[in-house]
Amino acid sequence: MIEKQYNITGGEGLHARPTSVLVAASAAFKSDISLEFNDKKVNLKSILGVMSLGVPSGASIKISADGEDEEAAMAKIDDIMKNEGIGN
Amino acid sequence: MNFSLSGIAASNGIAIAKAFRLENPELTVEKTVIIDIEAELARFESAVTQSKSELETIKEQTSKQISDEEAAIFSAHLLVLSDPELLGPITDKIKSEKVNAEFALQETSNMFIGLFESMDNDYMKERAADIRDVTKRVLAHLLGVSIQNPSMIADEVIIIAEDLTPSDTVQLNPQFVKGFITDIGGRTSHSAILARTLEIPAVVGAKTVMSSIENGSLVIVDGLDGNIIVNPDVETIAQYEEKKANYEQQKSEWARLKHEATITADGHHVELGANIGTPNDVVGVIDHGGEAIGLYRTEFLYMGRSQFPTEDEQTEAYASVLKQMNGKPTVVRTLDIGGDKELSYLQLPKELNPFLGLRAIRLCLEMKDMFRTQLRALLRASIHGNLKIMFPMIATLEEFRQAKALFLEEKAKLEEQGVEVSNSIEVGIMVEIPSTAVMADVFAKEVDFFSIGTNDLIQYTLAADRMNERVSYLYQPFNPAILRLVKNVIDASHKEGKWTGMCGEMAGDEIAIPILLGMGLDEFSMSASSILKARSQISKLSKAELESHIETILTLSTSEEVVSYVKKLTVTE
Repeated sequence: MIEKQYNITGGEGLHARPTSVLVAASAAFKSDISLEFNDKKVNLKSILGVMSLGVPSGASIKISADGEDEEAAMAKIDDIMKNEGIGN
Repeated sequence: MNFSLSGIAASNGIAIAKAFRLENPELTVEKTVIIDIEAELARFESAVTQSKSELETIKEQTSKQISDEEAAIFSAHLLVLSDPELLGPITDKIKSEKVNAEFALQETSNMFIGLFESMDNDYMKERAADIRDVTKRVLAHLLGVSIQNPSMIADEVIIIAEDLTPSDTVQLNPQFVKGFITDIGGRTSHSAILARTLEIPAVVGAKTVMSSIENGSLVIVDGLDGNIIVNPDVETIAQYEEKKANYEQQKSEWARLKHEATITADGHHVELGANIGTPNDVVGVIDHGGEAIGLYRTEFLYMGRSQFPTEDEQTEAYASVLKQMNGKPTVVRTLDIGGDKELSYLQLPKELNPFLGLRAIRLCLEMKDMFRTQLRALLRASIHGNLKIMFPMIATLEEFRQAKALFLEEKAKLEEQGVEVSNSIEVGIMVEIPSTAVMADVFAKEVDFFSIGTNDLIQYTLAADRMNERVSYLYQPFNPAILRLVKNVIDASHKEGKWTGMCGEMAGDEIAIPILLGMGLDEFSMSASSILKARSQISKLSKAELESHIETILTLSTSEEVVSYVKKLTVTE
């Protein structure tokens, strides 16, 4: 399993748009991918799950991937986080 | 019979047309016990597939007819229909409880709707509407009911609905749909946002329109003030036709002014800037034709988190604002925290008089490491644009000198490390304490500019807590004492070849603008949405003419006298 911390820098936090991009990308991988915020952990392939956390701008979150393609999944997520200006 | 209703003004403009009721289809769900689980699962799957293919079409239409940005919401809807946390529980329910798909869907969606509605954040609360929209679509397929299709409307109408789902709203054709009114919703609901993008007048949250407005009734929607008039008489119609014409004329004038500089009738240029809180606000500034940012409140970077923002994070935020402003002046105010503005991770002792206590520059000079970090971040970002730094709550010259010295120390350190920084950063102060306004001539020799913060200047000059309603009558922007201080600051800066701006509420006020213009204020900074209105007003005023009245205005005795003098002046001009 691999994990990575991010600070959400996008001004609106994890709103519908950034979340959609993350969820759509995660769904393409076989690994279990999750997002943890405020001690709550949700499936990153679930848009309702992620949005229900209400992650604000400035929040610190942890993403973990576990499975055969975990490396590729994390690389893709990392790419989106940075390119879409979601977090760093 | 005519009557009027009111709601939340969600999108500007006025429309007069016949009512078209958008009825919600009857989607009553009954719980039934099923026998063939496999068949029920297949029925559910097929309803989801059909809904997805409809959404794909709506998404494509939206991106073609409106924008990719607006289409993005349907990507979210499509993801909801693939969400394992939604589909999983539904299929589990069908399998284990042997209930019909409609019931399983509704139970599960309601759980999520309840979850979102209970969230402590307006944006997330509104997302419950998105879940309802998606659920409704799938339910309609399961029940074999067709949903009314607003894209089929081919007459000029005003839509009356309980609520407009995002998918309803994007299908409204602005050629025929002149406005809409809903019973529920708020200014940030998706339909309200889209109405503003499409420039369709809208009033939302009007509560009783579905129960009181009949199909075909003539309706006036006033999206400027949130009013709805049903079956208006001839006079009322004439009155609103005029209001509509005025609004449209003003709108086209503002659209033209958006790309122009702010010039008075006699050819003087003043700078109109905006006050912002985050890098995301810059889009709005540019959209409203801002020539500068007169106040960037950096405290938002520090709020809503559990530790101080790092130097890198701050550099990124400041650089982002500077880059977006593309060389236009950008005044950044250093951290104004303490007193009534608290940070959870900064344990400051409670004070008896927080507005007179350890806040803003006072706190920064006490917590030098925190302050140095911000100054370094600003310096590192400085190469990306036209940065000006100002210190808040300066009461004495020594405070300014100390703060400036820290700035120069950090600049020298960075240069020594080979970090590139701009050499033309102006360093100025906020004038919000009377002592500083009085001593402006002395300050003017050392600072690069002044920015008058009127909200605090008024509360400190009249010794009236602006949070205390019982003394709110003392919050007097036009009190001659305030005007004399403002004049003193502007004159002092000009004598030394420096400039003065204003970044309080007063800078965008239509009574204050003629006075400030006459006094020679160089920069006006206000909320972005006030800029075009102010530019339009200034273009009709003569600076030389106003100058000749300042001496008289400064000898008036009361706030009321000032206001009535200025009103007379601007009416006759």
